[in-house]
Amino acid sequence: MKKLFRTGNPYIWLTAGTLTVCLLMICGLIVLIMVNGFGIFWPRTIVQFTLRDGEVVMGEVAKKESIPHQKDASRTKLKVGNRDVYGMDFRWIDDADVVSRDYPPHALAFERREWGNMYGFLHGLRQDDGVKPLRFNGLAPLLKESRALYKKIRYVEKKEIGDINYRMEKSRLELKRLACLQPTEKIQKKVAAVTAGMERLETIYRERENTLAGLYAKAREKEVVVLLADGREKILPVFQIIRVSAPNEMGVFAKMGFYSAKFWEFIWGEPREANTEGGVFPAIFGTVMMVLIMSIAVVPLGVLTAVYLKEYASDNFIARLVRISVSNLAGVPSIVFGVFGLGFFIYFIGGGIDKLFFPESLPTPTYGTGGILWASLTLALLTVPVVVVATEEGLSAVPMSLREGSYALGATKIETLLKVVIPQATPGILTGTILAMARAAGEVAPLMITGVVKLAPSLPIDGHFPYIHLERKFMHLGFHIYDVGFQSPNVEAAIPMVYTTTLVLLFTVLVLNLTAIVARNKLKKWYSTGSM
Amino acid sequence: MENKKIKVPEPIVNIIDLALYYGKMKALKGINLDVSRKKITSFIGPSGCGKSTLIRCLNRLNDLIESVTIEGSIRIDGKDIYDPAIDVTELRRRVGMVFQKPNPFPKTIYENVIYGPRIVGIGKKGVLDEICEKALKKAALWEEVKDRLHTNALDLSGGQQQRICIARAIAMEPEIILLDEPCSALDPIATAKIEDMLVELKRDYTVIIVTHNMQQAARISDFTGFFMLGELVEFNVTTEIFTNPREKQTEDYITGRFG
Repeated sequence: MKKLFRTGNPYIWLTAGTLTVCLLMICGLIVLIMVNGFGIFWPRTIVQFTLRDGEVVMGEVAKKESIPHQKDASRTKLKVGNRDVYGMDFRWIDDADVVSRDYPPHALAFERREWGNMYGFLHGLRQDDGVKPLRFNGLAPLLKESRALYKKIRYVEKKEIGDINYRMEKSRLELKRLACLQPTEKIQKKVAAVTAGMERLETIYRERENTLAGLYAKAREKEVVVLLADGREKILPVFQIIRVSAPNEMGVFAKMGFYSAKFWEFIWGEPREANTEGGVFPAIFGTVMMVLIMSIAVVPLGVLTAVYLKEYASDNFIARLVRISVSNLAGVPSIVFGVFGLGFFIYFIGGGIDKLFFPESLPTPTYGTGGILWASLTLALLTVPVVVVATEEGLSAVPMSLREGSYALGATKIETLLKVVIPQATPGILTGTILAMARAAGEVAPLMITGVVKLAPSLPIDGHFPYIHLERKFMHLGFHIYDVGFQSPNVEAAIPMVYTTTLVLLFTVLVLNLTAIVARNKLKKWYSTGSM
Repeated sequence: MENKKIKVPEPIVNIIDLALYYGKMKALKGINLDVSRKKITSFIGPSGCGKSTLIRCLNRLNDLIESVTIEGSIRIDGKDIYDPAIDVTELRRRVGMVFQKPNPFPKTIYENVIYGPRIVGIGKKGVLDEICEKALKKAALWEEVKDRLHTNALDLSGGQQQRICIARAIAMEPEIILLDEPCSALDPIATAKIEDMLVELKRDYTVIIVTHNMQQAARISDFTGFFMLGELVEFNVTTEIFTNPREKQTEDYITGRFG
């Protein structure tokens, strides 16, 4: 026995076993997320149940389970949709109550702009004097038309009216600013000019509103009548429909097409219905942009700190104290950084900027409220110890002989640092940056009080001068998961979204890290050979 | 001590009563020595005798170690190099150094050789190319690397790396080249190449070499100093040292009866 332990084999087995357990747990987590996340866009068959009391219900099977404390009894959770009619999306059905179940080929799933899915049969197109019969393929041109209309409405609303609002706000602030100045003749002239401009804008605005009203009226014109499973008729404006599918008739390729369309919408679309439907693009954009700003802030901060600590500070008590403190900073709960960011960046610095540069818009804060810049800086503070420690290690790894070689050629300390030591330590620095990015991309708590919102009206980058709006609030995938999963009014319908959003977050972090790793390897090569 | 100091032709370096302390430990105990211009002077002695420490004084590389204090003086061309008015980087440009372990920078061969000239502020590509070629030729490496100047210097063999380091030092056009056991990490063939090159270099530069290899000292050097325990035991023309040592310790060491 003693001999066996002396060989060390049991220890190898112990360590290998532990590693296996860890790997299995991580893989299990990822597989769970992938299965649930990738599965949700796959069209499911619509099943129709006839119950013992004669009621007919139709929908997608969401879940099956045995009823606790009852033998051989099971129940089915059916997504019946039609929230506006039934008041809820899901319904539990005791399998014992089901008399028959069938899969009607003409059953349709309508994805709507509001109220979630609707399941039913297409009855016809509503006209003044009744219902004109309409086939499923007759719906496609109507949908195309309504999609074009939707695009137009969005354009007018977002771009045109958005522009006008933006310029109006600018003019209003300008007026406010001018009002604070001495009312000389020049100023008065300016005031008159701005006011005239505002009036012009007002006219355009009213015109656009009229256009919009006309478009909306047009949108309401066409309506289809849908026959629900329980025999009720329901009128559905075509404009409300995003897409219609007949999953019971779809082949594999049709399903794949449907799947990719949904997936595309998820990545590039904007969220709808309190984030439970639609896409997550603003959240992806916000996450990536925040991480990038954070890296831009953290790298110089961390590297300069580490270079001073390692290369210039003498190794005395204070330097050691600073080093220990920096390391301990990594262990401070992130929410503490959030509170600090709120107090220091937002109220103190942001408030100061507002007082100095944007007094005209006060009391409405410009920088004195949460925004992507402050969130990024808070995270930079949170991750700076990672970069400092990694850089210090990188610097320590540069052999003394290289430094001596440089000194012996008449280089000064700073030349040696810039030309030999730091290039040599760059992989270490970038490793630190990668770790910092990974940490920052996954951090949510400090963001919640420094600028993340559930739904941001516009991205931090857009077509309005100066194009990058660092003061804007933003959306973030991590917060999106929390919001959709736990703060949503329709949690049950949103659960699949949580998985998919998690998947997207993991993927985003992966892409960010891979980019950084590739950059590191390229840089390494570049420093050693002078070419990429 | 004074009796051990011999007259050398055309002295370029005068080391006068040099003592060096690491903290409280006295590593060099009053060295007096002259080095002759455009000759090879070698320092031999057992490990820890202070010979490396001594040559690191000549380009003030010991300044990097905080605990070092120095007494006495070293003159190069009559100027005290420990004078506070001396610019250390300027001194190091005049006194090049090659280390025990090849330490090329993790850059291309070309970038390694022109590192020094770049620092001095030479930026013209034509000039740098010329310097690079000349230095590599002097270091007897040009033929081997001229087709791959822009590959990483670390891909070369140990001997080639060491010659890169020598070329790097030559590129600065120094007056004196210090070599701290340059061949101790190399195989005999690479060593032979470097020895041949050093003999060539003697025409233009003053070479000071620290070596553990007594045959090497005997083969290439004009003057040899034998050190022990921080003292210069004997300094003389190389042939004298090896054929007719004055001191018993020297004789014991070179005949292998010691250490």
